[in-house]
Amino acid sequence: MAGAADENMSKRTPLFHEHSKLGAKMIEFGGWQMPVLYTSIVEEHRAVRKSAGVFDISHMGQLELEGAGAEQALNNILTNNVASLREGEGQYTFMLNENGGVIDDLIVYRRQQSRYLLVVNAAKMDEDIAWIRSHLGGGIAFSNQSLRYGAVALQGPRASEIMRRFDRAIATELPARNCVIEVASGDLSLTIARTGYTGEDGFEIFFPAQFATELWTRLLIAGKELGLCPAGLGARDTLRMEVCYPLNGADLSTQRTPFEAGLGIFVDLTKTNFLGRSALLAQRKSGLRQRLVAVKGAERCPPLRAHYPVFDNGKQIGELTSGTLSPTLGRSIGLGYVDVEFAVPGKEIEIEIRGRKYPATVEKKPLYKRAC
Amino acid sequence: MLVPDDLRYSDTHEWIKVEGDIGTVGISDHAQSELGDIVFIELPSSSVITERQARVATVESVKAASDIYSPASGEVFETNAELETNPGLVNFDPYGAGWLFKLKLTKPEELQQLRDSKGYEALIAK
Repeated sequence: MAGAADENMSKRTPLFHEHSKLGAKMIEFGGWQMPVLYTSIVEEHRAVRKSAGVFDISHMGQLELEGAGAEQALNNILTNNVASLREGEGQYTFMLNENGGVIDDLIVYRRQQSRYLLVVNAAKMDEDIAWIRSHLGGGIAFSNQSLRYGAVALQGPRASEIMRRFDRAIATELPARNCVIEVASGDLSLTIARTGYTGEDGFEIFFPAQFATELWTRLLIAGKELGLCPAGLGARDTLRMEVCYPLNGADLSTQRTPFEAGLGIFVDLTKTNFLGRSALLAQRKSGLRQRLVAVKGAERCPPLRAHYPVFDNGKQIGELTSGTLSPTLGRSIGLGYVDVEFAVPGKEIEIEIRGRKYPATVEKKPLYKRAC
Repeated sequence: MLVPDDLRYSDTHEWIKVEGDIGTVGISDHAQSELGDIVFIELPSSSVITERQARVATVESVKAASDIYSPASGEVFETNAELETNPGLVNFDPYGAGWLFKLKLTKPEELQQLRDSKGYEALIAK
């Protein structure tokens, strides 16, 4: 069985005591003690697909940039085009090194004309901060708000109904997809974004750490009759795999570019300059060697896992970077990099598991799509 | 956590029930609880000959794969076919319907090296 977390070294989120009260099983993740599950990964996963789940995402990093030159600075550091954001809009984007490799994937929100919020991966935050600092010109205030803020993700088809029950007064103000608002709800001051990592409708809510318990409790009460339940990192991981959202450190790394990950739409090459641009242009010219694909095991295939080798006719063509048994599809699924000639939906491949090869197919992404 | 008195336990959380020279093997309530939802089980083929502490099966949750070690040496002669379609039986009834395989024991003296229920309770209380 997996080793216990080194709990002494890692930080506690402002919701730590709520997780303890609920009897969550805790693990170390990105330097934080986080709930991996409360009752069951599969049940929590299903709750999010059917009704809603609430996740503690306080471990994620919140970085703020403010100043007249912030737009230009961010457009140099990030791949997507910040200039296309209006106030209150956000976008998914990458921070690349000079070789075009992914340092981090993140969401940048333009909160005001010259004020930005970056939400970054916990495990990469220190690296992100160092990288941003070293590429930031003068006249821009850059601060790490991560310890001051907590955050939760409310995700699922009933998320907006739960927000209306949470506070009728803010119901009409709820943000549109990828947008962000700042509202007061009673004593709470909240930043609410309509974003997520599950493929369902939902919100990511940021708040000063002292409001954590009150917000968490009020949300759970608001959603109780609608089937809302707390959900842990285990379900977060299986949910994101079904919709083929990449996890940095698994499916993304400094050894892979956004093009190889199939996420070129978040790269704006029409910008005249940004870090990693020339490497990406060179790669576009020379062509990709491998691409990130979604795969599905045949019936009876064991759950897929990171690092399982992928074969075509006895020749290794790649390796998985993520995998599980999909609770929604009831089949083994995974993500992995394979040589480009095999990165075609419908292509039959084999995956080696404990010395035995199992049939699988390359699938179109995403593997699961919510009913609209 | 349930730890029945009539079973012997390994330090790797398997249990064995001995009747004559036959041993029935499964994983403990503690083990199934630590693993969470079990979604896949790979059992040995019948007639596999195993040594004590050799890897004979794999139990997988959505999150991870865990190796199962035989608590005794012997020849596997029956596996729990129900688990192929319903691996969650190991969660619901780890000491009953969730048994994994049956062995014809070849070294019954090895059983002395396993823990009794008191010893196993002490192990999982740590």
